[in-house]
Amino acid sequence: MGRYLIRRAIISIITLIAISMVVYSILALAPGDPLSGFANNPNVPPELRERIRKTMGLDDPIHVQYLRWASAYVQGDWLQSYSAKIPVRDYVMARLPTTLAISGSAFLLSILVAVPIGVLSAIKQYSLFDQAATTFAFLGFSIPTFFSGILLILVFSVYFGWLPFVYDSEVSGFLPNLKQSIMPITVLGLAGAAQLMRFVRASMLETISQDYVRTARAKGLREQSVVVLHAMRNALIPVVTVLALQVPEIFGGAIITEQIFRIPGIGRALIDGIYSKEVPVVMAITFGIAVLVVLFNVIADILYAVLDPRIRYS
Amino acid sequence: MTQGVDINLKTAPSGTLGKGSTTPSAAVNAPDYALPALPTIDAQLLVKEQRSLWGDAWRQFRKHKLAMAGLALFIFMLLATFIGSPLYPQEIDEIDFSVSGTSVSWEHPFGTDSLGRDMLARMLWGGRISLAVGIVAALVAILLGTAIGATSGFFGGLTDTLLMRLTDLFISLPQVPLLLVISFLYKQAFYDFFQRRTGSGVTGIFVLIVLVIGLLNWMPTSRLVRASFLATKQKEFVEAAEAMGSSRASQMFRHILPNVMSPIIVAATLGVGAAIITESALSFLGLGFPSDIPTWGSMLYEAKDRFEIAPHEAIFPGTMIFLTVLSINYIGDGLRDALDPRKTQ
Repeated sequence: MGRYLIRRAIISIITLIAISMVVYSILALAPGDPLSGFANNPNVPPELRERIRKTMGLDDPIHVQYLRWASAYVQGDWLQSYSAKIPVRDYVMARLPTTLAISGSAFLLSILVAVPIGVLSAIKQYSLFDQAATTFAFLGFSIPTFFSGILLILVFSVYFGWLPFVYDSEVSGFLPNLKQSIMPITVLGLAGAAQLMRFVRASMLETISQDYVRTARAKGLREQSVVVLHAMRNALIPVVTVLALQVPEIFGGAIITEQIFRIPGIGRALIDGIYSKEVPVVMAITFGIAVLVVLFNVIADILYAVLDPRIRYS
Repeated sequence: MTQGVDINLKTAPSGTLGKGSTTPSAAVNAPDYALPALPTIDAQLLVKEQRSLWGDAWRQFRKHKLAMAGLALFIFMLLATFIGSPLYPQEIDEIDFSVSGTSVSWEHPFGTDSLGRDMLARMLWGGRISLAVGIVAALVAILLGTAIGATSGFFGGLTDTLLMRLTDLFISLPQVPLLLVISFLYKQAFYDFFQRRTGSGVTGIFVLIVLVIGLLNWMPTSRLVRASFLATKQKEFVEAAEAMGSSRASQMFRHILPNVMSPIIVAATLGVGAAIITESALSFLGLGFPSDIPTWGSMLYEAKDRFEIAPHEAIFPGTMIFLTVLSINYIGDGLRDALDPRKTQ
């Protein structure tokens, strides 16, 4: 396991270097030269422009520029956001709690909805319940979040006037915060639940036809303990790894949902950064997500080995 | 090498050659997806009424009511947008402020937008773009994924290692941010380039979006095809084909590829729906087609600040996206069942 981890770590670092090169090249080679465009932007104060010119070395060849950026990034210097006039790291970190609260709650909601429904759906395959759940899942992953979000706003904000549809980060207190978070969490949570439910159902169906489940029934165990202790415990192993792979999405924020409800989170910071060509912000977020994706890929593999003793890495 | 020999060799492992003539379903259970592509004397001798994979798949598909409903709806969408749009009398860019943002009426069945333009005309016209982007982008992803997966699985060795590292790299890319960044940064350049070369800048945006979606979505197909290739490569009929001197290209395209088509087709179908959502999302964020090109996504982008006054401007295009993707997902589900020989009864 130790050797395996070291090998994985090395591969991950190589992957990240390759990703950062790809992302940097896409930005550097783009027409209109967004990298120097940033330095020439009139909104950028002159002293910051000097620092950027120096840090980025805009007159150097691209590979030198890249190395300079990479070493600054690794040392935690993510440059400065010129619209917010604070270091990009502070800018991104300030937005993280909102995103984590919304996307994290949605993630939990999707698990709470998907696991019980998926398991029940598999146990009662082809029943009315299963059919209803399957229909719900199909509707759920066919409706894009930008449309379901709009529909919720039309019903609950415009028609009934119950919920605010513009997220206000100045709001304090639990109830007002819940009121403004409930629609984005529902949109994201149900979209996630639809996908996850199909996965739980498929995994459970596969497990429930295994011999050891039949044995458990044959030796007269109660149905409840057969389902929960024998089948579900094993069926959820692949589910846990799939969930681990989805964690980076929580940090990345739901770009579209944050846009619809105007939530000042990471996803919105990325969109704003793209619109205003704030390269440091875009780079920091894009590359930050890449780091998380690679990291959680490794975590998912380790979790799989921890949960399933049949799997051993060497 | 005659094709007839292929059929015998390929059907033989199932051990149901004789049975095949009496119970046609056995022919389906045999691992011989290529049978219909090679209509020869042998097949006619063995089976009275030849039942091809595609025939059986279609028979199976028809039983899936929701898939059939999905297919009907999808065909209706294609007809309405590609044939209906030119026939529909209203213009997409006829501005009439006197009817700005009016709801459903006889004059304008789906209402009008903020400039008084007819919504139905715009939805039919733009639907062609949304559907075309979805279909072409899915094709790009599938062709790329199949080519890379097949090369990787067939040749193995260093080729395989390199291509799989490439696949891993692409899977680890932060896809959504990249999609947005590339569309935003390169949109103008593609527009200008195509404007100069073909006189149609919008074609440039179409090409860019299709390429970006395709380039960021081929990886699952590539892994799938590689796995299927590795499994199929070991089968006796491929060994037999090789023993009889069939070339590597022939082994790859004639013997192995037809046998791994089913999962590719299902992935391609579902890919169309996903690509339609991606394009709409891009346009919805203002990063896809410009708002004077009415795709379903860009219509939503225009509508999003006018919820209170004109909800129909959002509801109609949104419903179109939803219904199209839903119909595609049901078609995909039906195909998955129909093309899975284990499920065919």
